[in-house]
Amino acid sequence: MLKTIFKRLLQLIPILFLVSTIIFVITRMIPGDPAATMLGPQAPVDAVEQLREELGLNKSIGEQYLIYLKDIIKGDFGRSYQYGQSVTSLLFERFPNTLLLSIVSLFLALIIGIPIGIISATKHYSIFDYVSMIIALIGVSMPIFWLGLMLVLIFSVNLQWLPSIGMGSLQNGLWDFISHLILPSVALATIPAATFARVTRSSMLDVVKEDYIKSLRSKGIKEKSVIWKHALKNALPPIVTVIGLQTSSLLSGAILTETIFSWPGLGRLIVDAIQNRDYMLIQGAVLLIAFIFVFINLIVDITYLYINPKINYDGKGGDK
Amino acid sequence: MKEKLLDVKDLKTYFYLSSGIVKAVDGVSFTLEKGQTMGIVGESGSGKSVTASSITRLISKPIGKIVNGEVLFEGKDILKMSNKELLSIRGKDISMIFQDPMTSLDPVYRIGEQMIEVILTHQKISKQEAKRIAIDALINVGISDAEDRFNSYPHEFSGGMRQRVMIAMSLVGDLKLIIADEPTTALDVTVQAKVLELLKDVQKKTNTSILMITHNLGVVWDMCDTVMVMYAGKTVEYAKVKELYKNPLHPYTWGLLDSMPKLSQDSNKPLITIEGSPPDLRLTGNFCNFHYRCPYVQDICRTKMPELIEVDEGHFVSCHFQTRENTLERKEV
Repeated sequence: MLKTIFKRLLQLIPILFLVSTIIFVITRMIPGDPAATMLGPQAPVDAVEQLREELGLNKSIGEQYLIYLKDIIKGDFGRSYQYGQSVTSLLFERFPNTLLLSIVSLFLALIIGIPIGIISATKHYSIFDYVSMIIALIGVSMPIFWLGLMLVLIFSVNLQWLPSIGMGSLQNGLWDFISHLILPSVALATIPAATFARVTRSSMLDVVKEDYIKSLRSKGIKEKSVIWKHALKNALPPIVTVIGLQTSSLLSGAILTETIFSWPGLGRLIVDAIQNRDYMLIQGAVLLIAFIFVFINLIVDITYLYINPKINYDGKGGDK
Repeated sequence: MKEKLLDVKDLKTYFYLSSGIVKAVDGVSFTLEKGQTMGIVGESGSGKSVTASSITRLISKPIGKIVNGEVLFEGKDILKMSNKELLSIRGKDISMIFQDPMTSLDPVYRIGEQMIEVILTHQKISKQEAKRIAIDALINVGISDAEDRFNSYPHEFSGGMRQRVMIAMSLVGDLKLIIADEPTTALDVTVQAKVLELLKDVQKKTNTSILMITHNLGVVWDMCDTVMVMYAGKTVEYAKVKELYKNPLHPYTWGLLDSMPKLSQDSNKPLITIEGSPPDLRLTGNFCNFHYRCPYVQDICRTKMPELIEVDEGHFVSCHFQTRENTLERKEV
């Protein structure tokens, strides 16, 4: 078990190396020049040249790449051109905001999506099943910026119940903090909740057809235990997979949601960085996202071990 | 007369599909006495398994429905029981063993946990006591090192062993009836014999009745006291096993008996089969369901459904030409 985790962590190194190389190449391929963008279109040529020199952009691509790699190994991700701050401190400043929004959204999506999926599957072809699956279909296909704007229109503009933008602060009281969280997290939870409901339903429908479910019922086991204990655990693998995927994408910053609600998270930081050709920040942020994806995948794989005793990453075991 | 344990009267289970009503079980009646074994034989799709599942109401709703009949278990109609009563006899008084032991245990829980859950569902005892009962049951079905195996997952057992575990799970209650739905079909021949021996052994010790669903006539001969032959959801012949082998009456039963391969048979000769295949159960009507395939078919078979009549004491048959007055001459094959 520990060996597996250690092995997987070692695999992180080549993955992150590859990602950093690719992202380095891609950022250099974006048309436009950071120095020119920063100084604006009216800036004199020699001022731009001087800035390029200060940023180290006058060196050859190969040289820049080597410096970049050397710095990364030292744990230095460089300085953001536009903020003048170190990339690491910027990411550490923004990531907790994204983390907070993601966790709340994920929690909402889980407690709504999974029970709906289970009940839909157990009441297959019922009104509940039809209605919830239609809502789930709307949920996965609704443009999130539209939903965000509608939520703002209804709850902030018309009803004036909740603030429309920004992030609250605990210093202004608990309600300030929570009220700012509600709309963005509801908007962000919609797609994951709908996805979880659909995947849970279809996975549960497959499982409840299995012989062992009939066998459990034939033993007089109560329906509650048959469904929520036995069927659910068997239905979990595909559900855990989509939870992992959705978590990764939530954590890498929801660009649209963060933009609509002016949430100071990773997503907006990256979009700004790309617009301003902030090479160092783009590189650092993408590396962080790559790390998140690999890390969540590792957690998903470890979870599989617990939910399916047949899985064994050491290559031993299986059917005896 | 021995005591009746199970008395099924005019059981009808239909499946309502968008393409029509499938009359999977259409008016089946039989009785099973305490300590006796009854076999239900027939081809795939003849309604044997649905009959077995209907007894404990394990029919997948809302498509399947038991539309008529009584299932009297110790005098009480299971079909009229409340959910709570039903759950209390399932797994305690009546235990089912299914065809494929590979898939009839929950793969993600240890077998010990599953056994304990069944025990605690029916008995108010401590977990420790439940564990002791479970291990005793495992030892009883011949699982060596039961203490260790208690913590194994189903995939760590072979097919025969899993079937033993299933039988052990039946033993933890106050067992009166085992419904075994093709319990040996998925097993090796040598393992089959052992599992059947075990069932007989259990029966002897606990005086349980067994309802054995099978398509293996050898198993019927070996295990059963009475046998019911089903075809297209109906009983075509019902008799004591010895009587059925000595004096089979229905042309379908003849076909089944003739289809049994014999070791002494010339291996160059083709195997004997019943021509054709079972009818579409949505298209049943007022005719003998077997008439499409019956070598003795006459006009009346296509226009009138034969009734099940008792031609001899305890020997029922459903054929226009096998009555108390008439008999049909069996052709040699």
